[in-house]
Amino acid sequence: MTDYKIHVLICGGTGCKSADSDELKKSLKQWIDEVGLEDDVQVVLTGCFGFCEKGPIVKVLPDNTFYVSVTPSDAEEIVKEHLLKGRVVQRLLYRDPNTHQQISDSKGMDFYKKQMRIALRNCGFINPENIQEYISRDGYMALGKCLTELTPEDTIQEIKDSGLRGRGGGGFPTGLKWEITRKSEADQKYVVCNADEGDPGAFMDRSILEGDPHSVIEAMSICGYCIGASKGLVYIRAEYPLAIERLKIALDQAREYGLLGEDILGTGFDFDIDIRLGAGAFVCGEETALIHSMEGKRGEPTFKPPFPSVSGFLGKPTNVNNVETFANIPVIINKGASWFNKIGTENSKGTKVFALAGKINNVGLIEVPMGTTLREVIYDIGGGIKDGKEFKSVQTGGPSGGCLTKNFLDTPIDYDNLLKAGSMMGSGGMIVMDEDDCMVAIARFYLEFILEESCGKCSPCRIGNKRLFEILDKITSGKGEEKDIERLILLSNVIKDTSLCGLGQTSPNPVLSTILNFRDEYLAHVNEKKCPSGQCKSLLKYEIIEDLCTGCTLCFRNCPVGAITGERRQPHYIDQSLCIKCGVCYEKCKFNAIKLT
Amino acid sequence: MDTVQLIIDNKPIVVKKGITILEAAASAGIHIPTLCHMKLEDLNIENKPGGCRICVVEVKGRRNLAPACCTEVADGMEINSHSIRVINARQTVLELILSDHPADCLICAKSGKCDLQDLAHNMGIREIHYKGEQSTYREDTSPAIIRDVDKCIMCRRCEMMCNEVQTVGVLSAINRGFTAVVAPAFEMNLDHSVCTYCGQCVAVCPTGALTEVDQTSHVIKALSDPTKTVVVQTAPAVRAALGEMFGMEPGTLVTGKLVAALRRLGFDYVFDTDFAADLTIMEEGTELLNRLTRFLNGDKDVNLPILTSCCPAWVKFFEHQFPQLKDIPSTARSPQQMFGSIAKSYFAEKMKISREDLVVVSIMPCVAKKYECGRDEFKVNGNPDVDYAITTRELAGLITLANINFNRLPDEEFDLPLGESSGAGVIFGTTGGVIEAAVRTAYELHTKKPLPRIDFTELRGMDGIRQATIDFGGFPLNIGIAHGLGNARRLLEKIESGESEFHAIEIMSCPGGCIGGGGQPYHHGDVEVLKKRQKAIYREDSMKKIRKSHENPYIIQLYEEYLGKPMSEKAHHLLHTAYFDRT
Amino acid sequence: MPKIKLAESTVKIIKDVCARFNNSEGELINVLHTVQHKLGYLPAEVQEVIAKELNTSVAKVYGVVTFYSYFSMIPKGEFPISICMGTACYVRGAEQVLSEFKRQLKVEVGESTSDGKFSLNCLRCVGACGLAPVVMIGEKVFGRVAPTQVKQIIAEYREGCSSEKAKSA
Repeated sequence: MTDYKIHVLICGGTGCKSADSDELKKSLKQWIDEVGLEDDVQVVLTGCFGFCEKGPIVKVLPDNTFYVSVTPSDAEEIVKEHLLKGRVVQRLLYRDPNTHQQISDSKGMDFYKKQMRIALRNCGFINPENIQEYISRDGYMALGKCLTELTPEDTIQEIKDSGLRGRGGGGFPTGLKWEITRKSEADQKYVVCNADEGDPGAFMDRSILEGDPHSVIEAMSICGYCIGASKGLVYIRAEYPLAIERLKIALDQAREYGLLGEDILGTGFDFDIDIRLGAGAFVCGEETALIHSMEGKRGEPTFKPPFPSVSGFLGKPTNVNNVETFANIPVIINKGASWFNKIGTENSKGTKVFALAGKINNVGLIEVPMGTTLREVIYDIGGGIKDGKEFKSVQTGGPSGGCLTKNFLDTPIDYDNLLKAGSMMGSGGMIVMDEDDCMVAIARFYLEFILEESCGKCSPCRIGNKRLFEILDKITSGKGEEKDIERLILLSNVIKDTSLCGLGQTSPNPVLSTILNFRDEYLAHVNEKKCPSGQCKSLLKYEIIEDLCTGCTLCFRNCPVGAITGERRQPHYIDQSLCIKCGVCYEKCKFNAIKLT
Repeated sequence: MDTVQLIIDNKPIVVKKGITILEAAASAGIHIPTLCHMKLEDLNIENKPGGCRICVVEVKGRRNLAPACCTEVADGMEINSHSIRVINARQTVLELILSDHPADCLICAKSGKCDLQDLAHNMGIREIHYKGEQSTYREDTSPAIIRDVDKCIMCRRCEMMCNEVQTVGVLSAINRGFTAVVAPAFEMNLDHSVCTYCGQCVAVCPTGALTEVDQTSHVIKALSDPTKTVVVQTAPAVRAALGEMFGMEPGTLVTGKLVAALRRLGFDYVFDTDFAADLTIMEEGTELLNRLTRFLNGDKDVNLPILTSCCPAWVKFFEHQFPQLKDIPSTARSPQQMFGSIAKSYFAEKMKISREDLVVVSIMPCVAKKYECGRDEFKVNGNPDVDYAITTRELAGLITLANINFNRLPDEEFDLPLGESSGAGVIFGTTGGVIEAAVRTAYELHTKKPLPRIDFTELRGMDGIRQATIDFGGFPLNIGIAHGLGNARRLLEKIESGESEFHAIEIMSCPGGCIGGGGQPYHHGDVEVLKKRQKAIYREDSMKKIRKSHENPYIIQLYEEYLGKPMSEKAHHLLHTAYFDRT
Repeated sequence: MPKIKLAESTVKIIKDVCARFNNSEGELINVLHTVQHKLGYLPAEVQEVIAKELNTSVAKVYGVVTFYSYFSMIPKGEFPISICMGTACYVRGAEQVLSEFKRQLKVEVGESTSDGKFSLNCLRCVGACGLAPVVMIGEKVFGRVAPTQVKQIIAEYREGCSSEKAKSA
């Protein structure tokens, strides 16, 4: 990154790519060539900047100008104004939604101010397809240090001292896991990176692999060194083609540089990494299921113990960590456990990446120190609720987590506090919901997900979740009774208590937490047959307000089922027994004469 | 030996390290209910998916309940096997299973023998609180087995038997979540698959999801048809197990009562498959000696080892999986088919009954026999040599249906001539028995000397693959034995790779041999039942006056009157067969 | 078992893929991925060839194919439509978008239109939550799709031009 005067970084994460950042890059290059700046300006497609809400993002270095929602047609202006004349294109700058001030430097944005980037340190800063850029930011230094200065025991001790816990959901202490795997004796051991990010609404693992694949490769090599494994496997979702591609490039480059393969850095340490593709099964995020999947089998979990650390892939000791956990490792080695363990709370050290999504202004990927409150995340970083609506709940931990109310907004986020609040850390999905979201429908939504993703091996998960879903479906369609709520609780507790794996043991969490925090909504559904947020269609009624209806017949003509009757220029009428609640009449009416009750 | 101390239901116990809570509890006399778990000790058969979650117990200090079948004991563990929390969880899980199970117990083939039904009874289930949609699948009827997978509870026992024990690989779990079930590929019918009909899936299914095709109604119809003469043959393993269906101890021999019951059911002649087993030895033994003589005379093309061919599931197995070996097995038909063939020729001619008016029913410990008697090569002008094969279980049903008080029946004798048999014929019912019977005869025919001893204990036992060398008048005869098709596969692979050299090999598809057949009374996972049946078979052998097939006077008579000598043209026509490449 | 009626060339493709993965049973999922990528889907006959090559039972192959939602035994439409049903998309109205696609195409999820042009599926989170609700047609991502845009998106594919215009707002 030294030969050029100006660097233009374009976000090449999946979100921004979907919004045409490839085309934007092409355009920018074209214009740069056109004005003859090709020797002075380098255009780099980086990993995710995190600020997905306003993608595609373009950042110009060295002045740190941060452009948002850039389209290919903006390229000409950026090149001619900014790159050629040094004038910032004001209209493409981020505008603070509260102060309405334009902010040029990303460091000045609230979205970035409270963040602390360890796992995401390189995302958005380097070209992930160029190993030199990783190396120039201390890449592979940690591996070198381990191989030449530290024994495996020293390294494990460092990880243990750092207090790092698994970022995939369980929160098991990483150093301890490594130590157990190290102590398991076998002729072959494996390091597995779990990149089967299945939580709907979480995309941090993908972003790390897309934006900084070498950090994972380096960490896996360190782990291999520590536990005594010469083979690593990355189990990654097939739905992530870009991440797979970049990981492949990174692996090739690492091999080329002698940082992977035989006799790494001349130390006699051999380690190489293979890629295994997932095939669309959420349960494969569970480590025993993941291992079976890697063996070419149905991804069904098995009872633990034996833990993979003792008997895993092909029956050999296997250390499974997720992407974000690995991404922390090189930093811990470089900066030391004592630096790392000062960040965070007593039992949760370091930072956590969250995928902030839902009804929030700044959807994106953020990384904050453990102990940051939900309020800081949602209001300061996330910019508050979309369209000025009222905050209702935040769902953390994906389908295994729970829905928290505003009472928890000032709770510092860490493993223990979230668990205490009836949710969990999970992989870090954070979905914000507003007053329009029905919490019963949300619980039903998660159960539907679980139903599709349960492997079917154990009876409580296979049948129990089906029954939970059926009861929720009954309630959201207006046929619920009050005793159904108690049934949900009883059944949920048995499913949690008896299921085989983590998926089943946590699947009722969305149900239990919504009942706990939003029982009044459940009661409204079962007793008054009303959905307070107006989400549950079966409980809605479209009615024509006679006084406002002009008899224009627009609704009559558009109703797909012929439920609307009425004479021209006379008030119309909706037959409730025929209405399918598609809402077309409501949308079509020009006189606001149709009301929802 | 390492031990651990733990407390279960307030009772301190010391147990072996490495065992499960379930086993530890059993050793303390505490019965923890199970459903998917099944372990056949000594046969290396265990099904432990930890899927049904019925056996959960409370372990102090653990967040969740622990499945007793999968959880290893640890020092200082405190276990409660029946706390309120445990009972509530167990009942709820069971209710869930029942909520996705057809409630047609009254007319279910498995009623009274169903593990799920027992469990519901024992757990006091009186109401299913969580009703909802039930999963439904197409019913599949094959020549031998019916799959009614609406009743599948995903215990995976059948899948384990089909894949791990038998290595047939027809069944697998398919789909996921609520629609997950065990089925053949593409949910095709079994008769389109490579299924051998060994019936081990049926033998272990805890519910009515897998049952045999019930042919008792055909038998009743034949018995009530005055124009038909109905003869019955009973396989050796039946007499060692039928008593269990009437509350007798496993291993009780009921040969005499069996004959009496069949006579009371109205069969015109009650014969014994053991007679045909003796006949099989004459043919197969002669074939072995022929091949052996050619081998000893330096013929390099001779097909050795010879493999037994009594077991129809084994025959179908190698036709699908080892067609390249189809010239190696003996061409001798199975005893069931030899009996049918002789009954419908020699006996029919003797009694002056037309083939069409003679109905041959066989009582078999096996479901594959239903398939075998339907094979085209065992029919003459479309008329099968054996009309109906019913299982030990079906026979018990018939006896009950006919109001026969089995336990109070007198002992009666088989009819002649096809009811006489030697002890060698009896031991066909257990693993190692066929080859022992063959050795008894082949030895004497080969060496022209009487056997110094009759019992070849080196061929007996329960190990999956066994081998022994018998001194055949100076020639060391290498014998291999496998039971369970997976063991058979391993043995065949050893032969193909040239790792082992055998002259004769006995293969039976079912673990334990016919005593553990798919048509036998359910063992419910208790291997002792199989062992007791095996002992009974050897007991019956030792009580027999004649213990070598070639000394059976009616066999001698059959050759003198009808067949000439073993492997004669007539014998070849009636008693031998050919195999087909089914790939 | 149904006899294999695949073209010689197809069988060769499958065999080559299996050979590339050393005919190893443990590579079954990689084999299925590669074969599906080449052939578009995994009909019964294809699974039978794979089972034979990897020396495993076809029941096991089928068990795996039916376990993973990524594998399909029916050919996808010319334009496979996938609606993201991740939570972020759900709370931003993915369900309404889905039902509009169903209504417009007159198919259910998992089905194809009778002309074979479109198939409709749901998927779980493509990770473009900033663009929620997200719809993918082929490789192309449409962000912030409103139910009212659905008709137009379909029409543009029907007319045969892969639309640039209909792309995210």
